[in-house]
Amino acid sequence: MKGLYRPGDSPIHRLAPQCKLVAVVLFAVVVVATPRERFWAFFLYALTLAAVTLLARVPVGYVLKRLAVELPFVVFALAIPFIGVGERIDVMGVSLSVAGLWAAWNILAKATLGVAASILLAATTEPRALLLGAQRLRVPQLLIQIATFMLRYLEVILDEMRRMKVARESRGFTPRDLRQAPVLAKSAGALFIRSYERGERVHLAMLSRGYTGTMPTLRDDRAPKAQWAMAAVLPVVASAVLFVS
Amino acid sequence: MHVPDGFFTAPVAIGAGVVAAAAVAVSLKRAKSELDDRTAPMAGLVAAFIFAVQMLNFPIAAGTSGHLLGGALAAILVGPYTAVLCVSVVLAVQGFFFADGGLTALGINIVLMAIIPSAIGWGIFQLVTRVARNRASVIAGSFVAALISVPIAALTFAVLFVLGGTAPIETGAVFAAMGGVHVLVGIGEGLITAVTVSSVLAVRPDLVYGARFLTKPLVLKTATGEQVVEPARQEAPKPLRPFLVGSVAVALVLAGIVSFFASSSPDGLERVAEDEGFLGAATDHAFGGFALADYGDVGGIPVGIAGVIGVVITLLVGGAILWSVRQKTAA
Amino acid sequence: MTLDVRDLAYAYPDGTQALFGVTLSIARGERVALLGPNGAGKTTLVMHLNGILTPGHGEVRVAGLPVTKENLKEVRRRVGLIFQDPDDQLFMPTVREDVAFGPANMGLRGDDLDRAVVTALEKVGMADAIDRPPHHLSFGQRRRVAVATVLAMDPEILVLDEPSSNLDPASRRELAEILKSLDVTVLMVTHDLPYAMELCERSVILSGGVIAADGPTREILADGDLLAEHRLELPYGFAVPSPPGRG
Repeated sequence: MKGLYRPGDSPIHRLAPQCKLVAVVLFAVVVVATPRERFWAFFLYALTLAAVTLLARVPVGYVLKRLAVELPFVVFALAIPFIGVGERIDVMGVSLSVAGLWAAWNILAKATLGVAASILLAATTEPRALLLGAQRLRVPQLLIQIATFMLRYLEVILDEMRRMKVARESRGFTPRDLRQAPVLAKSAGALFIRSYERGERVHLAMLSRGYTGTMPTLRDDRAPKAQWAMAAVLPVVASAVLFVS
Repeated sequence: MHVPDGFFTAPVAIGAGVVAAAAVAVSLKRAKSELDDRTAPMAGLVAAFIFAVQMLNFPIAAGTSGHLLGGALAAILVGPYTAVLCVSVVLAVQGFFFADGGLTALGINIVLMAIIPSAIGWGIFQLVTRVARNRASVIAGSFVAALISVPIAALTFAVLFVLGGTAPIETGAVFAAMGGVHVLVGIGEGLITAVTVSSVLAVRPDLVYGARFLTKPLVLKTATGEQVVEPARQEAPKPLRPFLVGSVAVALVLAGIVSFFASSSPDGLERVAEDEGFLGAATDHAFGGFALADYGDVGGIPVGIAGVIGVVITLLVGGAILWSVRQKTAA
Repeated sequence: MTLDVRDLAYAYPDGTQALFGVTLSIARGERVALLGPNGAGKTTLVMHLNGILTPGHGEVRVAGLPVTKENLKEVRRRVGLIFQDPDDQLFMPTVREDVAFGPANMGLRGDDLDRAVVTALEKVGMADAIDRPPHHLSFGQRRRVAVATVLAMDPEILVLDEPSSNLDPASRRELAEILKSLDVTVLMVTHDLPYAMELCERSVILSGGVIAADGPTREILADGDLLAEHRLELPYGFAVPSPPGRG
């Protein structure tokens, strides 16, 4: 699984991770809180994100491609006008629910803006930096550590899973229906044991180097006020749009 | 099943966020008692495992496939609190690092995919393994726990959706669709969970948190042939009570917060329902004059309290059923 | 004695017993190879040396200090354990943080910490990789960084589990040169008999959870019957020069 991070040296890349985190979350909250009737507010939000994309020198195609994550929900959203209840209108001979159309628009617009903002955050911030940012924001130490270990070993474990898949398939296994699930589950069991035992070995390696339950904190990156001010632009613009509209 | 932004109204999303934060805080504290100073590396590796396993698609029927949620599996393998932490971290990483699942919907996703499956799964597992304390009951318990945890999570989604969803779909339709599909998904989840637990039991029985009662005393032989016997770390089964009390509290808070907010924005369903008068026609038919109908202030009871009363009644009915089942199996 | 193991017996929680009474002492400055077939209990023995496993029976002393809960911190500083899989050893996001982990736990901070990290990395020739994530390094590089993580703690005895496994010939030789250049006591668990021959003057065979042989590496590797009995084999074409005095 490849992360979304794209190394770069734009003003957005250089922004302190904790500032970016707060900005994106606030932006998403403003978007979600916007009444769905205010079409042009959503248009301005999209425009704001486009400006960020440009400033971060992230290719537009990259963002659009990664939007595919929300595809299952697009399908769901598109189905709502057909299965929705209430007043119906005819669109090119198809009877659709008016409220359903509104709901579909609401979900599509907000989900797309939310995903796009997350993609920009992940594309311009190194995973490690993102965790340090979360740490600066007083997210509990233990959670940060769990996430750090998870990211460190995700690739290692996915590799093990891939090797098991190759081993299954090279012996002619193809899953067709639920009856094959036990075979996958045995792999999952083996994968769990390997992951757990690796966890134990990592713990031993930590103990061997004097770990006593807390991680030594080596870095303390405070973000200057200017960075906060710059990051604040995103949610402030969004709030202004919401307020004015 | 990762809910994106905009699926629920902001108040519901924030309410669920508060509940999720509280549950994660409790889990942080309790996970340390499950794993002591191994918590960070072990939970990190288990989280990576869950992340990987969620990518295992299993075919349900022609054309459709489901993927493992893993909440019940994690609860049985590493304990319910560690499980909540692991799955929550997985969800947060998916949201922030892979843009999968809305950032404002993180609370909802944690409630649906971390808290409910772990809590329900662990509770059911405990009930089953209390009836008979052997290997077969551990595997049967894993199957039932995982199977039930999925439709329960789906129904929770449906309840949240009815309270604060943004789409006008008939309540019955939401429940039927979510429940129906997810019973099937649940069978797959149950099967995979049971086989996974059983294959771990076969190799490293000591790794299955939910099966620690199977541990036997240890016999040591030294060079001279003398034998030293270490007593097994036999733990008395922990009382279920604190766990159940915790779950009930979470449910109550959730219902209270969500329905409080839901009332202030008669969005989606309720709005349409009012416009169309379908509330009067459909929902109210059974409890027409009853004070709780419509979760509203029909009988002068505010919405928040109505939600809480609803949860209490559900729990009483559910508890009565469980109790009667236990009585039967114990006899 | 830097390391003293007496009558050590141990069984795992699942019931399998790995050690049945092991006695072994290593003097300061020695380089000792611990040889033995798979499942002989080598890794289990290693886990006792810094108190990760607690003896079921018997005792372990490091520099005279018994390995007990009270001495754990000091014992772990003195015994540097290098695991077989460098991915287990390198658990932090960057090489710098990883090498700093040990000395930081020992209380080093600021410039002292930085110096310890850089010195350790220089000893293994990996100073250039200081800011890279471990999973971007080659296997051989990761093993060298793993050695650095332990060197940064300034240990008295270095314990390596299968140091040459999965290394290509060049990395294998580079690691040997690094180990020879270090001024520490070394206990090296290995299947790689030529590597033992090259690096260690003394070898110990652990088989079936007990010490089966203990002596100069040359003599042990020249004893074909002894090796065969414990499932140890020299690679094809490799001959041990006859030990002096036996003609």
